[in-house]
Amino acid sequence: MVEFSLPANSKVEAGKTHKAPAGATAVKTFTIYRFDPDLGRNPRLDSFEIDSNACGPMVLDALLKIKNEIDPTLTFRRSCREGICGSCAMNIDGTNTLACLKPIADIKGEVRVYPLPHMPVVKDLVCDLTVPYAQLESVAPWLRSQTPPPPDTERLQSPEERAKLDGLWECILCFCCQTSCPSYWWNGGRYLGPSILLQAARWIEDSRDEFTGERLDALEDPFKLYRCHTIMNCTSTCPKGLNPARAIGGIKEKLIERRF
Amino acid sequence: MDLRSPLGRARGLGSAKSGVEHFWLQRVTAIGLVPLAAWFAFSIARIGGADYDAVRLWLSAPVNASLMILAVVTAVWHGVLGVQVVIEDYVHGHTSMWIGLIATRMLGAFLATAMTVSILKIALGG
Repeated sequence: MVEFSLPANSKVEAGKTHKAPAGATAVKTFTIYRFDPDLGRNPRLDSFEIDSNACGPMVLDALLKIKNEIDPTLTFRRSCREGICGSCAMNIDGTNTLACLKPIADIKGEVRVYPLPHMPVVKDLVCDLTVPYAQLESVAPWLRSQTPPPPDTERLQSPEERAKLDGLWECILCFCCQTSCPSYWWNGGRYLGPSILLQAARWIEDSRDEFTGERLDALEDPFKLYRCHTIMNCTSTCPKGLNPARAIGGIKEKLIERRF
Repeated sequence: MDLRSPLGRARGLGSAKSGVEHFWLQRVTAIGLVPLAAWFAFSIARIGGADYDAVRLWLSAPVNASLMILAVVTAVWHGVLGVQVVIEDYVHGHTSMWIGLIATRMLGAFLATAMTVSILKIALGG
């Protein structure tokens, strides 16, 4: 059965508090989930008080400040710091988003930062994304075609055909939507999840792809696709403003369309 | 111990090649229940306080008996499809899931049959 409470070794305990430096004029408290597998202890919540006036505007700026100036063991993924790599996806103020795109000023009170929900935690804010990456590979997210490309041009697409990919190609695979979906929490091993299904839709919609039927065949499954119950957490959390729920609806429509 | 690769685990046993039927029927029964439920509510409001003979007379009209059977069968059918989703979502052991799914269908079949027989019995003069 589904587990509704955390296992004993995952219960979060109180952690350390790092006070603001003397003379700080705009103190903001960051409460951050900490877990170190090498310590063999339960996760804890550490509090870091920082001076917002001496920090950049985004949550990622604060995390970098904490790592650089207070606790160098704080572990998180980050790279581009402009919302295009998807590395710094985490749960901030109760919502999955990118730390580099989340303004500190948008959060009232303390800033609570957790790793993406319901994934195995490697360390602190870094979770194990092996399963979603494998699920992504399983839907063959690349162009599949038997017809060889024209010898002297690229494969052509009309503006209308290309427009169908808008809202799909922009996904950066941050997995904010994937890990916000209760269906994925309960059945993550079998349900492909919103981000993978959005990627599948991106290739199903591509006019140049010749394996649409095979792609639909592979998704026609009570678990791989139909665990989506249109809960819409995916759409409301996507930091890129995409609509995975609509993309999944498009796949379901195509599966109906080919029967009648 | 599971030493399969992550891709092997993600692919699992492959696609069941089903699910569309369930998705489609759940919506068709839902749409069907909109007028049936409205008719049912309207009818109950109209004959709710009547005595047995009046209800029997009302149910003996072929249109009323047919719509009543259609309403209860559609409602049970829709309910079974819905409970199946709940079981698939929350019951993870294969054996318990199969037991739950089979029991749901059996209970649904029994309820639909029992209600149909009861309606016919009253309609035909029981």
